[in-house]
Amino acid sequence: MSQDTTILRQIYDYANRANPYPLWAKLRETPVCFQEDGPDEAGTYVVSTYREIVALLHDPRISSDLRKSVQTGGRPQDSTAPYRFISLDPPEHDRLRRLAMRHFGPPERPEYLEQLRPEIVRIVTTLLDQLQGKRQFDLIDSFAYPLPVMVICRILGVPLSDEPQFHVWATALIESLASQTEEQRQQRDQARGDLKRYMTDLVERHRKHPGDSLLSRMATDTGPEGRMEEPSLVETAGLLLVAGHETTVNLIGNGMLTLLRYPAILERLRNRPDLMSATVEEVLRYEPPVQFLTQRTTLDEIALAGTTIPKGVLVTLALAAGNRDPERFADPDRFDPERRDNEHLGFGSGIHICFGAPLARMEAQIAFTELLLRLSQPRLVVDPPPYRPSPILRGPEHLLIAVEGVHES
Amino acid sequence: MKSHETRTAFKDSGRIVIVGASLAGLRAAEALRAEGFTGHLTLIGDEPYLPYDRPPLSKAVLTGWIAVEHTQLPRFETLADVEWRLGVAATGLDLEAKQVRLADGQIVEFDRLLIAAGTRARPWPNQAEAELEGVFTLRGRDDAKQLQQRLTAKPRRVLVIGGGFTGSEVASAARELGLPVTLVERGTAPLVGALGGVIAERVATLQREAGVDLCCQVTVTSLEGDVHGQLRRAHLSDGSTIDTEVAVVALGAIRNTEWLRDSGLAAGTFGVGCDAGCRAFDINAIVTDDVFVAGDIARFPHPLYNYQFMSLEHWGNAVEQARVAAHNMVCAPAARCPHVAVPTFWSSQFGINIKSVGVPSAAEEVVITQGELAEASFVAAYGKEGQLVAAVTFNHAKWVEFYQHLIEQAAPFPPTLPEALHPMPNPPVPTAFPDPRQPTHESTVVLTGHDPSARRVQWIPRHRET
Repeated sequence: MSQDTTILRQIYDYANRANPYPLWAKLRETPVCFQEDGPDEAGTYVVSTYREIVALLHDPRISSDLRKSVQTGGRPQDSTAPYRFISLDPPEHDRLRRLAMRHFGPPERPEYLEQLRPEIVRIVTTLLDQLQGKRQFDLIDSFAYPLPVMVICRILGVPLSDEPQFHVWATALIESLASQTEEQRQQRDQARGDLKRYMTDLVERHRKHPGDSLLSRMATDTGPEGRMEEPSLVETAGLLLVAGHETTVNLIGNGMLTLLRYPAILERLRNRPDLMSATVEEVLRYEPPVQFLTQRTTLDEIALAGTTIPKGVLVTLALAAGNRDPERFADPDRFDPERRDNEHLGFGSGIHICFGAPLARMEAQIAFTELLLRLSQPRLVVDPPPYRPSPILRGPEHLLIAVEGVHES
Repeated sequence: MKSHETRTAFKDSGRIVIVGASLAGLRAAEALRAEGFTGHLTLIGDEPYLPYDRPPLSKAVLTGWIAVEHTQLPRFETLADVEWRLGVAATGLDLEAKQVRLADGQIVEFDRLLIAAGTRARPWPNQAEAELEGVFTLRGRDDAKQLQQRLTAKPRRVLVIGGGFTGSEVASAARELGLPVTLVERGTAPLVGALGGVIAERVATLQREAGVDLCCQVTVTSLEGDVHGQLRRAHLSDGSTIDTEVAVVALGAIRNTEWLRDSGLAAGTFGVGCDAGCRAFDINAIVTDDVFVAGDIARFPHPLYNYQFMSLEHWGNAVEQARVAAHNMVCAPAARCPHVAVPTFWSSQFGINIKSVGVPSAAEEVVITQGELAEASFVAAYGKEGQLVAAVTFNHAKWVEFYQHLIEQAAPFPPTLPEALHPMPNPPVPTAFPDPRQPTHESTVVLTGHDPSARRVQWIPRHRET
């Protein structure tokens, strides 16, 4: 049975942004298949079933460094990719990620994120206070975007007043992930250059006047493996800044959209705060903020699920498709926070598993808890909402919500 | 029809007794309830504690990071209606009467029995010396608490007798506390029995770099105390002595099978023999119907390793086997599952996360496939007669699943990985295990299916190359 090779193109088509899941289902009919276009004019091999995706996420023959791809002619994702651990393989990937993780979590700083909890609660409370008296608002603009931005700026040591600037750059970078036109590539390179200049300056300021932020610590590190050198330090800082808010915005947006579509579950959740962490996990499965990964290539031929992926081609891992794979999840198209055995692909898996996942989980849990407590009779005004352009980092652009009121904290 | 009714009646209101209230016992009880067993469930444990996790006892509990009281195992099910009989050992089993005898004289009747009594630490062979103040074994909470308190008092030296996983982890914890440590190991290097000489040499270097006074190919012949019964000195087989007031005896484990001696089951030093469905063999090697075994105490055949019987002291095995046993205790015969999971184990020591899959000691050759041995960050693949049998990872845990899959598929050794992965491709070398084995096999066996309930064994005839 030959598979339609234009399904991925339809996933990229903005017309399908609100509901790509029937297309993912079609793709799953052939677990590993070639698809036209997508991230590259020469197409890509798409893997859309759960077990095959997990297998490849743990397969040392899959590389995240596109300089090793025949298909890209040995060109990296962009000129700065070789300095960000997301687009590198071991051993360099391992080294850079370790250097970043030293300041963010175990084993060196296991208590760090938990110490941020009161601050995150404070930010959430303040944002909701600002909505008091309103009967209708856009959840994204007023809450889902500002929250992660404020948190990541606080963590990294980026002045919040600079947010309007890097918002522009971040948008350009996100959109360029899913683009191939020359104009978009230029915009991306421009944004990268701007972000790099900004970050270089900021890192230097932190080096001269170090505080306790991640940037200060990374810039003045005296750990056993030494200090992260330039240009990796600046590029890693940029990666964490962009990744640290773009995806979490969509987690909160997708989550509230889903809960508002299932008022019975929302109501149950109000009375069962113990179900909140499971709910966040189910949102990550059901409407993952990162729908698919496009920056992988094969170092060797890989035989998988009756197909052989040639060496050196681009590979796309369709996390959102794997999350709805009926071979893995019973009744996969049902949003059920109480489902058992929910080992979803929302944060990926393997050595590149989301660096910020513990932070994202904490932010989302706190956000949903407070939203459910303080919003009185929330309901969707527009369904489906307008979506952001990217098919990869997918979420609502605006989420208009009507309420009877916003309770005092 | 009648057997179906009998089985349904059993599932609804039968009596299951589990001897052993630790990891395997707990997970089996949870699995039984999850499978829909609503009958009477009794858990018997010789320790007075609810099930707790043992791995932290040689790591975070010793360094003081976790209080020993905080090792209680999390529950996946709320176990309502379970009769807990803790703090009393099982002393006998009457198969015909279907009764377990307890140390307090009580009798517990069962329709089906699960033996999950586990192991205990092998004591120092000389009883008088073992009773000296300052001589410790490490198996349970109480041991760990006492040892931790002793280590906090900053002894001048800690002597660790035995360089297996427990001994190495204790040495690691003691070094983390800044204490001088001497580790005495009879083999060529620590962990040589589990990992083979090549990889064990790297562990030896790691330990020495961490400041361990490592003495290999030597044993402790006696422990000497003073008039107050306090340990003072250890005598070694090479004639030397070590002054120490603390000695941790880490010489392995003994299976708790003594209480089964006259039971008629195939129980002995290597555990209780059972089939791949966890049903115990009797002394005639005939499988029983109502007695099951899981965890450290089980001795079971593994299709991937030529149906060699294995007893594993792995945490993962206790969990997996308990689930399989529980399922098989209440399901229809046609729905039984084999316990064929690939063995896995882990250890955390000297800042290294060691995670392994397969049975390294079944191998004859080893090769580094990822990372660098010199960096103590690598994957070592183990092979036997051209087949991959195990992989040991040092700080490379996220790659374990890949090798597990290869082992399940009877993949060739050395594994065919692109040169791009490894800067300097190196040839396989002999593993240098202390005792080589030589099974022969005509064909290989492959695990099929992904879900534990779907795992089955499929024969793949081996084509001999001419």
